[in-house]
Amino acid sequence: MTSELDIFVGNTTLIDEDVYRLWLDGYSVGDAVALRVRSGILEQTGATAAVLQSDTMDHYRTFHMLERLLHAPPKLLHQLIYQIPPSRQALLIERYYAFDEAFVREVLGKKLSKGTKKDLDDISTKTGITLKSCRRQFDNFKRVFKVVEEMRGSLVDNVQQHFLLSDRLARDYAAIVFFANNRFETGKKKLQYLSFGDFAFCAELMIQNWTLGAVDSQVDDMDMDLDKEFLQDLKELKVLVADKDLLDLHKSLVCTALRGKLGVFSEMEANFKNLSRGLVNVATKLTHNKDVRDLFVDLVEKFVEPCRSDHWPLSDVRLFLNQYSASVHSLDGFRHQALWDRYMGTLRGCLLRLYHD
Amino acid sequence: MPGKLKVKIVAGRHLPVMDRASDLTDAFVEVKFGNTTFKTDVYPKSLNPQWNSEWFKFEVDDEDLQDEPLQITVLDHDTYSANDAIGKVYIDIDPLLYSEAATVISGWFPIYDTIHGIRGEINVVVKVDLFNDLNRFRQSSCGVKFFCTTSIPKCYRAVIIHGFVEELVVNEDPEYQWIDRIRTPRASNEARQRLISLMSGELQRKIGLKVLEMRGNAVVGYLQCFDLEGESGLVVRAIGTACTLDKLSSPAAFLPACNSPSKEMKEIPFNEDPNPNTHSSGPSTPLKNQTYSFSPSKSYSRQSSSSDTDLSLTPKTGMGSGSAGKEGGPFKALLRQQTQSALEQREFPFFTLTAFPPGFLVHVGGVVSARSVKLLDRIHNPDEPETRDAWWAEIRQEIKSHAKALGCHAVVGYSESTSICEEVCILSASGTAAVLNPRFLQDGTVEGCLEQRLEENLPAGCGFCHIPYDELNMPFPAHLTYCYNCRKQKVPDVLFTTIDLPTDATVIGKGCLIQARLCRLKKKAQAEANATAISNLLPFMEYEVHTQLMNKLKLKGMNALFGLRIQITVGENMLMGLASATGVYLAALPTPGGIQIAGKTPNDGSYEQHISHMQKKINDTIAKNKELYEINPPEISEEIIGSPIPEPRQRSRLLRSQSESSDEVTELDLSHGKKDAFVLEIDDTDAMEDVHSLLTDVPPPSGFYSCNTEIMPGINNWTSEIQMFTSVRVIRLSSLNLTNHALNKNFNDLCENLLKSLYFKLRSMIPCCLCHVNFTVSLPEDELIQVTVTAVAITFDKNQALQTTKAHVEKSLQRASTDNEELLQFPLELCSDSLPSHPFPPAKEHLESASSNSGIPAAQRDRCSSWIELIKLKAQTIRRGSIKTTVTVEKTSPMGEGNFRNRSAAPCANSTVGVVKMTPLSFIPGAKITKYLGIINMFFIRETTSLREEGGVSGFLHAFIAEVFAMVRAHVAALGGNAVVSYIMKQCVFMENPNKNQAQCLINVSGDAVVFARESELEVVSTQQPAANCQPACTGGEVTT
Repeated sequence: MTSELDIFVGNTTLIDEDVYRLWLDGYSVGDAVALRVRSGILEQTGATAAVLQSDTMDHYRTFHMLERLLHAPPKLLHQLIYQIPPSRQALLIERYYAFDEAFVREVLGKKLSKGTKKDLDDISTKTGITLKSCRRQFDNFKRVFKVVEEMRGSLVDNVQQHFLLSDRLARDYAAIVFFANNRFETGKKKLQYLSFGDFAFCAELMIQNWTLGAVDSQVDDMDMDLDKEFLQDLKELKVLVADKDLLDLHKSLVCTALRGKLGVFSEMEANFKNLSRGLVNVATKLTHNKDVRDLFVDLVEKFVEPCRSDHWPLSDVRLFLNQYSASVHSLDGFRHQALWDRYMGTLRGCLLRLYHD
Repeated sequence: MPGKLKVKIVAGRHLPVMDRASDLTDAFVEVKFGNTTFKTDVYPKSLNPQWNSEWFKFEVDDEDLQDEPLQITVLDHDTYSANDAIGKVYIDIDPLLYSEAATVISGWFPIYDTIHGIRGEINVVVKVDLFNDLNRFRQSSCGVKFFCTTSIPKCYRAVIIHGFVEELVVNEDPEYQWIDRIRTPRASNEARQRLISLMSGELQRKIGLKVLEMRGNAVVGYLQCFDLEGESGLVVRAIGTACTLDKLSSPAAFLPACNSPSKEMKEIPFNEDPNPNTHSSGPSTPLKNQTYSFSPSKSYSRQSSSSDTDLSLTPKTGMGSGSAGKEGGPFKALLRQQTQSALEQREFPFFTLTAFPPGFLVHVGGVVSARSVKLLDRIHNPDEPETRDAWWAEIRQEIKSHAKALGCHAVVGYSESTSICEEVCILSASGTAAVLNPRFLQDGTVEGCLEQRLEENLPAGCGFCHIPYDELNMPFPAHLTYCYNCRKQKVPDVLFTTIDLPTDATVIGKGCLIQARLCRLKKKAQAEANATAISNLLPFMEYEVHTQLMNKLKLKGMNALFGLRIQITVGENMLMGLASATGVYLAALPTPGGIQIAGKTPNDGSYEQHISHMQKKINDTIAKNKELYEINPPEISEEIIGSPIPEPRQRSRLLRSQSESSDEVTELDLSHGKKDAFVLEIDDTDAMEDVHSLLTDVPPPSGFYSCNTEIMPGINNWTSEIQMFTSVRVIRLSSLNLTNHALNKNFNDLCENLLKSLYFKLRSMIPCCLCHVNFTVSLPEDELIQVTVTAVAITFDKNQALQTTKAHVEKSLQRASTDNEELLQFPLELCSDSLPSHPFPPAKEHLESASSNSGIPAAQRDRCSSWIELIKLKAQTIRRGSIKTTVTVEKTSPMGEGNFRNRSAAPCANSTVGVVKMTPLSFIPGAKITKYLGIINMFFIRETTSLREEGGVSGFLHAFIAEVFAMVRAHVAALGGNAVVSYIMKQCVFMENPNKNQAQCLINVSGDAVVFARESELEVVSTQQPAANCQPACTGGEVTT
């Protein structure tokens, strides 16, 4: 006796959260059944393995049919075929678009192209995430990217509107799209200590302050691309390190203000010029795409690492960066105060987030 | 020109991409009704076109309005080649033709293609302007309401229940026409869908005419079926019960009044005529009589002038207004006489209803059934209905005579079915022989009815169990005892019926689903030889099915079956029998005895030991089941009442025989000769296996109950969490092991596994009951068995049940003494009153765990005390001369009204698409049906030539059934409704050809579209009925945004 056909269709579509997770994680029906057996469900319910197999198959088939709709979540809400309570719809969407930290760290900042897709095998092996799941996550990134790429308005809002994600997840996707668009390097060894959350935090600050959208909310792509004019203007900051008098004055202002307040005062005093040169040079180089991509590498190399090697506590870093940015306002010969604030305000936030072990 | 149909095409959405180059579609719409077609403009390059068309107007006869569906076709415009069809929508406009149903159909309909399935949606608005045309020779029957529900619909009251109506139409099946060889599968499927739609429209119109002729205004328990006979044609047939219904329309009817229609009867002046059409047709009646015969089965040429039957019939049912009901000197004999005379005038005193107004059902005799085997290729004139009419008439006649043999003059819970394999067709009919109270059958004033009822003094809760036949002249050997409830009348020891459990019946404990499953191999044969072989097998199958049912019933410790449905399916090389019923313990019937096992070789010691081991197992099972289903019959009651019991219990056990179930009326003596049926003789291995299989039926996991009737006896506190589902399984038998025994085992496993899967899938709804479990078996091919199950799972509140049984008894006791009128409530209504949802289960779990410690003993204590209360109460009630008690402990809504006021409505309120509930039951737990919008009767074909790509047979059928649900919901929403009740999937014919990568499936579903309002919402707006009415309609309307 073999089962040729075995289906269950409810007027309200039944969604089993556990099976959904297994499906999202890319397990085959057989593996999923084995995992469910291991979870002790048979003992709890008194069911047989055959029942479990049939149940799992059925859920998988349902998810497979729903997947097409999940690619465009508003469709899931308006379709008539599957009657699903709104709370369940939200759960389906949210889980479908959720991603693994390990995976996103591998692809963050990479071009979402066929080439990258080919490397998913390696990522799968490296992270232990099934290839199927990697593909889903990658395709999600790409799909969101394609949809919001050329849109007006806030990136987060666009993602939220077109994919009906929670605020948290929409922000994450905005960061992923922003990174993919600007191709920031995140995979270097010295950046491995950073989490996706660190990058997402920086992305949000940069979107808020450094993109076109920060000055003009009526342009296409406003949250995706950095403000080219702003990057060009950053060259003007060069004077802060090129003019020796200005640099000395800046140093003395910072040192005076921080004397006695900083645990690592002497180290700071000794390193001031190096650090300042590092931060300003990062700014002046941002006209080149290559250097934009290396932004995080540079920040870590030029600032995070030197401070860390001197064992600066985070509180000292904060005091220093505050004073370092503020003191520029007292430099009479420096005319680009607004520019400096736009640059340093964001950078300070980023650096503080990046500064950890 | 009695009608103007107006259609507006508003917009489309989610259309498929038809032009690969642009990834867009240039869509336009053709609107067709009858032979008239209108077109919208092409809306270029969009997947979400906004046509916003003008009103397309069709001026048509109301006859066409009833027959024809509105056909909407969405196409993709193509400049150079033929336009490609995207898909179609068929809209049945029948609901717009009754005065009080829907007034407009407006909403998003899935665009359906028989090859691709649903492809986007279209927003359509449909209206009908009807002009009354009084003097015309009427061909149409606009205004007759149709209900699938097999009871008097909520919010209506039955003035008269006229009786049986049936009709049958035949046509050539397009699939078998010569043209089918050259046209595309799509064209063929569409031709079939359209034809069936047309035929069911025609059928409904013809039945409507018969109803008007009988002076009725509605058909209740309408059941329409298709017989795909193949070469010989396509038959659409329907049966139903004609009624005159009166709408309970006062605002008060919503809350208390709806609960007590009998009270309502007094208050509402009888001037409320829901349907002018009925009466306006008066003058033309004589004319009609000559054209349409009430009983086509007798007058085979239906177009010819009347046979004598209708002439003799019409005056009795129609004209005899107000006579019999009023004058009733309601002594029992007279009552019976009256009923008899009222019913005997009818050719077929059949009723498709399974639940009745209180007092309607007097006695129940038992199940009557008849089957006959016919050869389709012998139909003389296949395109005409005569032959089939004759076949059915024959069977109905047989049923009628069986009922008579049981001393009954009517058959209730009546249904008909067929099973076709190649050229062989088995026709089956079954029902429950019964004695009815005549007052609903004739035109009488309400007061008359009431008085009659009050004087009748029928013992409550057990009257229907009393035998209708003569004790000294029993139609079959049965064992009778005095009723355990009233001690006055005789009752049988077991009762089988096809109806729902009467609401006033006194039941002990809970019920459960009982199934008998059976396969019989049959040699492949042709024509007559085949028919003979089947005819020869049928009695044996009936016998075995019956024995199985009886044994399983005993094993459960119960004594009555309700909702019995025996399905015999014929295949190429086998016959399958599947009987489903709900077993209960009726307090009025004697306690069932155990099952004794006897071995054939008593000398063998080890064998003896084995037998005694089995016996012990059986006894244990019975004990366990009694505990499980809470069957604790009150032994003490005998002493309390002290009434004489004719035979001591022991004796009754010894004498027990296979009584009551009347299946013998199929000319088969099921009484096992004179032998005691409940001594199971184990004389060979087969018998041994049978006993084993009895014991292997696993009870549902704890927290689950199941039944195939509307409601589960013993559970009353439903929450509003319901889940209707359809599950289909097909197994392939390996041809090697084809013995009867292996076959039985396979079939048994298939059904058991299916049930187990359901329990597992629905485990999140525990505590829960599967209601109206409906199994259908078909044999699509030689080695394939297909089982389709449709049912609804309803969560109930366990804790509430325990607390409130007691509270309720107190409450009702109070009521009984204070307010006599309150006693006239419909308990069924009360059941539907139960609580609105807990949005999510956690709360429930909490309650459950809280109750688990003390719960069960408390329940038993409650039960005992309540039982005594019940008896006292009953005594009181009888003295007071009231006709019935509402106090069946198991049956009433426990909720204090204050309780549900605080709870919020369903959590889905903010949904984009309005939620449409579907249920095979006639009610929605926790809600009140405020309006019936019309019947939903839909037929779909789906075909694929890329089976693998669509996920194989399972993927294909899963998607199709989901689509069918979606289309039903969309139609209901467009009518302004938010639920389908009495939903049934009447047919699911699945054929596959995996080698060709093809499959085809036909599905036919029906139900009643309704508007319901949650109890809680109702209370808020109870003073303003219109508000309540429009509220759900509005939510339905939001779908369109």
